[in-house]
Amino acid sequence: MKILVCISKTPDTTSRIAFTENNTRFDEAGVQWIINPYDEWYALVRAIELKEKDPATTIHLVSVGGADCEPIIRKALALGGDEAFRIDIVSDDSYTVARQIAALCDREKYDIVFTGKEAIDSNNASLGGMIAEIYPAEYVSLATQFTLTPEGCSVTREVEGGEETISCALPAVISCQKGMAEQRIPNMRGIMGARTKPLHVVAAEAVTPLTTITRYELPAAKAGVKLVSADNVAELVRLLHEEAKVI
Amino acid sequence: MSVLIIADLQEGHLKKSNAEIISYGNEIARISGTSAGVLVLGNCSDNLSTLGAYGASQVYQVADANLQAVNPSVYVSVIAAVIEQIGADVIVFSNNPSSKSVAPGLSARLGAGLVSGAIGVPDLSNGFSVRKTVFSGKAFAEVSINTAKKIITLNPNSVSIPFVAKETVVTNLSISVPASTRKVTAVNKIEGEVPLTEADIVISGGRGLKGPENWGVLLDLAKVLKAGTACSRPVGDAHWRPHHEHVGQTGVQIAPNLYIALGISGAIQHLAGVNRSKVIVVINKDPEAPFFKAADYGIVGDLFEVVPQLTAAIQQLHAEG
Repeated sequence: MKILVCISKTPDTTSRIAFTENNTRFDEAGVQWIINPYDEWYALVRAIELKEKDPATTIHLVSVGGADCEPIIRKALALGGDEAFRIDIVSDDSYTVARQIAALCDREKYDIVFTGKEAIDSNNASLGGMIAEIYPAEYVSLATQFTLTPEGCSVTREVEGGEETISCALPAVISCQKGMAEQRIPNMRGIMGARTKPLHVVAAEAVTPLTTITRYELPAAKAGVKLVSADNVAELVRLLHEEAKVI
Repeated sequence: MSVLIIADLQEGHLKKSNAEIISYGNEIARISGTSAGVLVLGNCSDNLSTLGAYGASQVYQVADANLQAVNPSVYVSVIAAVIEQIGADVIVFSNNPSSKSVAPGLSARLGAGLVSGAIGVPDLSNGFSVRKTVFSGKAFAEVSINTAKKIITLNPNSVSIPFVAKETVVTNLSISVPASTRKVTAVNKIEGEVPLTEADIVISGGRGLKGPENWGVLLDLAKVLKAGTACSRPVGDAHWRPHHEHVGQTGVQIAPNLYIALGISGAIQHLAGVNRSKVIVVINKDPEAPFFKAADYGIVGDLFEVVPQLTAAIQQLHAEG
């Protein structure tokens, strides 16, 4: 079984969000970078669990980005994974990134590709579906459980108002979210071992981006909370009914 | 530049989200001087002419039983075939678990730029630019689509465009549906609850409720408001409430008209899941709770005293009609 886990570098969830260069670039000053939580906690850890069950499993990691992605790739290797690829292109276009990863899939013939359900910075939730279409492979999004079966795999995924379980053949691309696995912390042996694991830098394919981010904007500041006394709950009801008109 | 709106169906029924995506697709057609059609995939137990109430004049249907379950590769093939047959340049979906499965693959298949989670009508003044949320709702991005064909998934509850009822013509399309070995083996729907992402009002509880046995006050309020119920991450992690109720950065992201937070401090990760709510009410006994900074209305007080009074006051409001 050969598994690829896609990991993305994102700002820490508590980072101050600000923009520079006339609101066209994310302000990276003072930002702590982390592995996108969905990629780390759910996609990577589920892959590691599968390898723990079947040691013949190979886990590759891939991140698409510049050299500043390497610390988070090493951190991911410290959690698990046998070797990693960094595809050397910086792009905010999901299709450009998907094409790079699909080219790696085509070369390495993965049985399973795990991604996080979305990156917490771009919120596109589109990488997995694009990889699946190009590779090609089955695609199951928003997975909360994954097991291998004789026919391929059985995957439980979120649907509106509940969950459904799907059986499909491999290869498959699975976008992972809460439920798939539990967050782990790398141990010292993992951290030491990660230093010597191979990290290949791969040249990117030339792709014309389908989309371009032209400008960012911060939401307008809230007008400020209107506080109502705890002794006058009826006033809150009046405000919600007459002023906000939401009840 | 014609517009194709992919109708939102659940178990063969039309969902209320169709009103928003049809009026949105019609608005794109209007500003670009073209027409819009609605595509229904699979069999539908509702009368499709009811879509006319939301302004749909042309409805296409591929009535094939193999389309009842959303199978990404099959849906991509069928939608691509429909586009080839009837022609469409802008494809509109509602952003939900189904479209998250289909729209990315369709984008790659057609070489059509995709904006997922759009929150506004495209700006055509300089190309084709769509606004979407990024950084989990902490910022917006203007995304320019560079390709002739364009795909937009619209976040629910993002735009309010008035719609004018129209006479609807339903056309059946004959499209061959590819075979697939993929199967849905189990469906587990939570019965009798308002699905969180569809709820107009959501009541959410945090550690301030002190334990699962105290949820009655919250559920009573939810009942009078016909609201969905949610919780913060610590509550989900402690199994006080089911995981699917967890709203926040790593849980469900919602955008109801009214979000009422009871005993939730409002950590930045929680706000990321709820900050697109139109009106936020916070009830917390700690006046320093950061949630008050993100709220529209607030009460500093003991929720076990305040919430039953709130429930009673709303009942009275309803009684007065």
